Amino acid sequence: MIVLDKVNKFYGDYHALVDITERVEKNEVLVVCGPSGSGKSTLIRTLNRLEEIDSGRIEIDGRDIHAKGGDVNALRAGIGFVFQSFNLFPHLTVLENCTLAPVKLGRASKAEAREHAMQLLERVGLAHKVDAYPNALSGGQQQRVAIARALAMRPPIMLFDEPTSALDPEMVGEVLQVMRGLAGEGMTMVCVTHEMGFARDVADRIWFMAEGKILEKATPQEFFANPRHPRAQQFLADRRRD
Amino acid sequence: MLELIDTYWLYFLVGQYPQGPLGGLALTILLSGAALVLAMPLGLALGIARVSPYRAISLPVAGVVQVVRAVPLLLVLFWVYFFLPALTGVKTSQAATMLIVLVVFDSVYLAEIVAAGMRALPKGQLESARSLGLGYGAALRHVVLPQTLRHGLPSIVNQLVSTIKATSLGYIIGLSEVSFIASQINTLVFTQAVEVYLILALTYFILCFGLSRLAFLLERRLQRRTLQAS
Repeated sequence: MIVLDKVNKFYGDYHALVDITERVEKNEVLVVCGPSGSGKSTLIRTLNRLEEIDSGRIEIDGRDIHAKGGDVNALRAGIGFVFQSFNLFPHLTVLENCTLAPVKLGRASKAEAREHAMQLLERVGLAHKVDAYPNALSGGQQQRVAIARALAMRPPIMLFDEPTSALDPEMVGEVLQVMRGLAGEGMTMVCVTHEMGFARDVADRIWFMAEGKILEKATPQEFFANPRHPRAQQFLADRRRD
Repeated sequence: MLELIDTYWLYFLVGQYPQGPLGGLALTILLSGAALVLAMPLGLALGIARVSPYRAISLPVAGVVQVVRAVPLLLVLFWVYFFLPALTGVKTSQAATMLIVLVVFDSVYLAEIVAAGMRALPKGQLESARSLGLGYGAALRHVVLPQTLRHGLPSIVNQLVSTIKATSLGYIIGLSEVSFIASQINTLVFTQAVEVYLILALTYFILCFGLSRLAFLLERRLQRRTLQAS
């Protein structure tokens, strides 16, 4: 479903993504992990073109994401993206956050968008907060609204960029639970996360990244029981010590 | 003082109208209002252009902003009044001159307020709007600008208040706005300068303070909306 072919990305002289060639299959849950600065956030942001790439090709469902003159808006509408810092729209209510894009992009009438948003908010456990403004919500609640907002576009793919890293520990669980639910329904997901418990339980595959390269690709069983690359061994050892 | 008001109130309000052109307080309010109405959309457009990712758009706007900001309003008033007719071959009236100058100045200052607000907004706001599939224009309209304008409201009001006061510079080119009329009255009465100019000061105060209060109420209403707990 997602195909990366020799993707390279530079920040000045710094080689942020090095010749990445990979695939993600439909209905797959992929977890990308690695130390900070390893390029995992950059990688996931290139998938919906929040970051440009310098060479190579990224295809999603056969469509070239970085094509010159391509309709990037139409492509993005089919890719849900969840940010570390939630990025809810503070001037809109929870419900309006979820209906803005579907209505303005003509995907649904106001009434349809509203009904769909209510279902999604129900599903993330926030039906009672529809008329609240984001400032009145906890971090965990905001992130669940952000997931509902992304789902409101009915995307076949969801990308999560460290969705729990900005949360207090006691709120991590409620967000992961929503993500587990999505995975259980067969959503194609790419998750950059440090939550190794989530990776172990939910991921179909794990990519371990460092220095802009994917150093190891494995199933969670292989990765946690028997990491092959020394950097991955080090990374997991550090995690266990925490 | 009551006698003064009793005699000259109509002159103070509308100048020589209907025997002559509209003047006085009416002209001041009309000019300020027209300047604001024209400068707001222009300032918005210039502000958006100022932070455009395309340098071909942002650089010329930056140039205009820097030049206008560095020149006194009075000087531009002279320029427009004396040079513009030479260029166009048509005599520009005092009121039109004043309006042009006010619109140029206001739109530039408003552009800076808009641009500053857009730069100050967290990058994630535009990014998350774009990630949902909204285009740049739609993201600005529905996500970035509503927040920018709300945060910038105090600065915008400041600019609008300045505009009302700046109309008094029209005096220098013989525009019969309220300050000009007040000095006319002073010349006629001759002995009551303190009273005449006190009334003038009070008039400006009421206009400007009223506008600030209005903006304050608007701001508080917007704030209450976003901060309310569910």
